[in-house]
Amino acid sequence: MIALIDYGAGNLTSVRKGFAAAGAELFTPAAPDDLARATGIVVPGVGHFNATAALHDGWRSAIGGALNRGIPLFGICLGQQWLYEGSDEDSDARGLGVIRGRCRRLPPTLKVPHVGWNSLEMRRPSRLLEGIAEGTQAYFTHSYAADITDETVATTTHAAPFASVVETDQVFGVQFHPEKSGTSGVRILKNFVALCSRNA
Amino acid sequence: MLSKRLIACLDVRNGCVVKGVQFEELRNAGDPAALARRYNSEGIDELVILDVTATLESRRALAVTIRAVSRELFIPLAVGGGIRSLQDAEAAIEAGADKVSVNSAALADPSLITTLAGRYGSQAIVVAIDAKRQDETFAVYSRSGSTAAGREAVEWAKEAEACGAGEILLTSIDRDGTREGFDCELTAAVSQAVSIPVIASGGAGTFAHFLDVFTAGRADAALAASVFHYSEHAVSELKQFLASNEVPVRLH
Repeated sequence: MIALIDYGAGNLTSVRKGFAAAGAELFTPAAPDDLARATGIVVPGVGHFNATAALHDGWRSAIGGALNRGIPLFGICLGQQWLYEGSDEDSDARGLGVIRGRCRRLPPTLKVPHVGWNSLEMRRPSRLLEGIAEGTQAYFTHSYAADITDETVATTTHAAPFASVVETDQVFGVQFHPEKSGTSGVRILKNFVALCSRNA
Repeated sequence: MLSKRLIACLDVRNGCVVKGVQFEELRNAGDPAALARRYNSEGIDELVILDVTATLESRRALAVTIRAVSRELFIPLAVGGGIRSLQDAEAAIEAGADKVSVNSAALADPSLITTLAGRYGSQAIVVAIDAKRQDETFAVYSRSGSTAAGREAVEWAKEAEACGAGEILLTSIDRDGTREGFDCELTAAVSQAVSIPVIASGGAGTFAHFLDVFTAGRADAALAASVFHYSEHAVSELKQFLASNEVPVRLH
């Protein structure tokens, strides 16, 4: 089963509903040790970067252990930001650091937060974005975003381009909310579920 | 580029969709879940369920309606009407709302906005402002437009933003239900004063009204009820119209 980590950063009802539509029931691990039975891990989250402080060392090392076993990891919104080394939103807080780079505040030339539907500009082929057309729109709501790096598979532009989708062998992240992005969003969740099914 | 959002409002009373004309003369317009399904298939960007009688009758927004609407839709859903406390917000969010909209209770105690934003994040908190022209200013009204709140709309929007609001849902009481067009002056005044998105509401009657509010009105989103309720394909045709006039929209 895929684990949905509830660290108190926002409500998870919509994420669960989205994954249910993608054909997966998620379990919420009560403690880091419960990740031993996970076939995939989802780190959701909304709000301030300091909320990720609740993902303390126990969670960090359990997630690290799961990655060593080949388990896919998927960060959504704040969860994606946490995959990086850190964020200017809270310079004392440490990210997981599995993707190089940092998250920075969006430029103030347009309204921040960036709220609403915006398009995905593909940079290279992606397993997470299989079946998603160039220019597909997704629902965003955030003020900080990650640097564009080699791991960036799609960008989105709000005043300046930022990393809206990242992907490595095992680590996936989206700055938008796939659970709120219509049928395209559900397709992305399905793609992640399929990537996890190899570990079932 | 960020799209301008079209938001359908389902004014709900006792589980049925109604639409008020200047907040009175409520009449029945159908089953909320069926309407929500139709809008979703037409490409609406977001839904708002407003329990229009909740504040006056001290009722909470109906969790049953929220559940029915949110079960099969994967677009943002906001719920308003009678949300006075963290517990009210929790009930709506647990039932499936992504955002809650507060109005009268936030006017009575702006710290409610901060409390809710602290718990769910600013992205989940919409402050609804009902405004009426009064001389050269825009006066804020509470309790479904029945009570003058003693505040001015632009100042209240700025205060709400400072308290942690994630969006402003701005309704012109003068235009609500009239189909004479959005109040673009009101919308532009508020939109330029805050950095959070402003959703314009009240007065939508024609496609041109939406074009006006997205250009002259500087709205980030526009909300309507009856203009979508009574006509099939209104949402997709409106989006085509806006796109052909160079307004960025999400096309299906």
